[in-house]
Amino acid sequence: MPRPGFVLDVDRATPPVLFHHGENFKLEKLPPGRSRIIYPGEPLEPLDDIEGAIHHALVNPHGDSEPLPALLRPGMRLTIAFDDISLPLPPMKRPDIRQRVIEQVLDLAAAAGVDDVELIAALALHRRMTEDELRHAVGDRVYDAFAPHGLLYNHDAEDPDNLTLIGTTDQGEEVEINKRAAESDLLVYVNINIVSMDGGWKSTATGLSSYRSLRHHHNVKTMQHSKSFMDRHASELHSSNWRMGKVLRDSGVKVFQIETTINNNVFGTEGPMSVLQKREWEWTTRDRVAFMGMKAGLDRMPARTRRSIFQSWRAPHQMTSVQAGEVEAVHEVTTANVYKQHLVPVEGQTDILTMGLPYICPYNVNSIMNPILVMCLGLGYFFNLYRGKPPVREGGVLIMSHPTPWEFHPVHHPSYIDFFEQVLAETTDPIEIEAKYEKSFAEDEWYRHLYRTSYAYHGVHPFYMWYWGAHAMQHLGQVIIVGGDVRAVRRLGFKPASTLQDALEMASDTVGRDATITHLHNPPILMADVT
Amino acid sequence: MSASGPSRKANGDRIAELARRIPVNRSTVTTAGRLTAAAALRRVPFPLRPPTVPGGVDVPVAKSTLGANYDTDWARRYPARMARVLMLEGLVSPAMQLLAAPRLRGLDRLTDLEGPAIFAANHHSHVDTPLVLSSIPEPWRHHMFIAAAADYFFGNKLTAPLSALVIGAIPIERTKVGRKSADDAAALLDEGWSMLIFPEGGRSPDGWGQEFRGGAAYLSLRCGVPVVPIHVEGTGRILRKGRSIPRRSPTTITFGRPLRPTDEEDSRRFATRIEAGVAALADEDATDWWQATKRAHAGDSPSLQGPELGAWRRTWTLGDRGPKRRRATATRWPDLD
Repeated sequence: MPRPGFVLDVDRATPPVLFHHGENFKLEKLPPGRSRIIYPGEPLEPLDDIEGAIHHALVNPHGDSEPLPALLRPGMRLTIAFDDISLPLPPMKRPDIRQRVIEQVLDLAAAAGVDDVELIAALALHRRMTEDELRHAVGDRVYDAFAPHGLLYNHDAEDPDNLTLIGTTDQGEEVEINKRAAESDLLVYVNINIVSMDGGWKSTATGLSSYRSLRHHHNVKTMQHSKSFMDRHASELHSSNWRMGKVLRDSGVKVFQIETTINNNVFGTEGPMSVLQKREWEWTTRDRVAFMGMKAGLDRMPARTRRSIFQSWRAPHQMTSVQAGEVEAVHEVTTANVYKQHLVPVEGQTDILTMGLPYICPYNVNSIMNPILVMCLGLGYFFNLYRGKPPVREGGVLIMSHPTPWEFHPVHHPSYIDFFEQVLAETTDPIEIEAKYEKSFAEDEWYRHLYRTSYAYHGVHPFYMWYWGAHAMQHLGQVIIVGGDVRAVRRLGFKPASTLQDALEMASDTVGRDATITHLHNPPILMADVT
Repeated sequence: MSASGPSRKANGDRIAELARRIPVNRSTVTTAGRLTAAAALRRVPFPLRPPTVPGGVDVPVAKSTLGANYDTDWARRYPARMARVLMLEGLVSPAMQLLAAPRLRGLDRLTDLEGPAIFAANHHSHVDTPLVLSSIPEPWRHHMFIAAAADYFFGNKLTAPLSALVIGAIPIERTKVGRKSADDAAALLDEGWSMLIFPEGGRSPDGWGQEFRGGAAYLSLRCGVPVVPIHVEGTGRILRKGRSIPRRSPTTITFGRPLRPTDEEDSRRFATRIEAGVAALADEDATDWWQATKRAHAGDSPSLQGPELGAWRRTWTLGDRGPKRRRATATRWPDLD
């Protein structure tokens, strides 16, 4: 029986706590008496019979939906869309969940005599997936059957011929999605819900849409009113997507949503990495030796080698639930299942929130975690992993640990480089950035060309990353990065610190000397349910 | 010297006379009367030689310890298993990589498979056994026995222990119905051993498959273990039936999803489904997964057994999978005539 997450009050006997630090780790001693650590729950038991569970979900749908076999008929147009490289994190060991689900959907389609099938990677404004990445997601069998015929491809949000304007929401938001998906007799969406933000109408209304549509919810105002965007019912981001979903549904786009959840088994239960998901006081002699050996090796490796080692890690995540049918009914069940793994009850807020940022976020899979993504992971994702209210009080301090290198992937993140060099050199205020610079980057022909033909994130993507942190920036009094490149940290508008002790000392200027501290022991992922 | 001359001549005359009078050839006459090895053995006194049998006495026929009666228990004890692991990993696998360069497909279908299983493959060549054995992943690979033809692999005292030791074979009767083979195999499956079997019962005679027999299906039903269909492509080019010298050629091994018999299925119908599973894998290898899946659902998967045509048309239909034409012996300059 896996143990749930919990909050540990730090005392003198508490061992140093693990901080992820990019492609490395640190052990930090937190001040006893005024610190607490939020530990994630242990990985939930996976489904016993995954194939059987998928089949059961397809023939026993939730909400107002017929079973999938009843929706399939000869001569129909079937489109299968699936989540892109940003999920799950880290990428999972083969076979990927998407492969398992898609094969079963196609199996039913074959039995029903459906010939016209296309598969689309729903990547919105993310970079295109490479052949290897697509093969990993859908499996070699599906790839070899469809890709050579041009029937398995990446969504192109800048292809006017393959986009269609469905309509406008009651608040004036334009809904434009992939034409093939919109005009199909049935759109089957295959999702992986790693966090509660994923899934629901966001899958279709965001994953298959264009800049014209995305700009209505990927903006500063929406993000500042999403408290948090991990809690759908308190997220303006989701409200907008749900309004768009209503437009899709009313216009006759038929969506059969398949959502899956995975457990917290990020580093496995065996091998040297397994120590990273154990509680420090439970480390055995073998764990300690493994950790010391791993750290000694990492300390001596060049950054490039460290990055390639970590990026090659494939997590042994396992499926904990799968549900299918009508979008909203399915998503309610999915969210409840995500919460079972992630939610940790936390009482009250503290003055300082600390977190160690790992090597990966949704936008640097097989790539480099540049300073903008460091900001996005810390202030966007980790800060927002709460329900109710943030674990740190308004005006509090956030301390993140990450090397924050002044380094960018020139193929994946070309517009990030210009954003960092030009825009952030002028201002870090998201409202000013949005008003002054977003349009020129979003409509830049060169970025558009790289997005469509190379493997680059869209020109506007670094803006969205910055907006992702807008709620945290508004909430916090100060942000400090420990062990980061000093120039890069200052460019982000944050304060650099050499050690955690220095950072705590600096934080005392804002929150006083006896400030309370909460450490988010993440990853594996947890979500603070703050009351 | 003076004595030997006339004596040799006289002997030659005698042989010539005998050859003329008796209708036998000259060599028989020449060797007549010589001390043979058997005759020499007979001169060895008992008990140094086997006893002779008095007339009118029936000697009980000793039960053969070969063929289906060969006891292979010793080959599953630790020393033999260790030797087999070393041979498989140190010798057989590298040899197969060199000879057959196998491309493995569908291993992800075994992700959820736990416990023992029956691996059922089509059969083209003697290379199939070591190739499939070295391609099946752990934890099954080293906890495996192979159902091998009793009359072929266990026919004499040399091949029987070698078959048991090197490939972990147990003898299976294929010429008559016998309980012992099935009982032995079932006992091993019950003990947690996995099994590799070629349900066609023998190598393909012409490049096309043969009807699957019911052994794998029967054992699956009896022991409650799943059957993993496997399609082997390309081994016919390496060492097809009738050839003795292998040649290098790439191969593809495709693993299918484990199959379990349904409540309504008997071994015959389940065997048909296993054969259909292997046929779908063959189709998947020849086209792609989607085309193969559609055809499998429509019941249109190309049969493993090929079309019912005359011999040459069956061979013709094999196309690239058929035997390659033997190259004419090149005539080298300057002997160009």
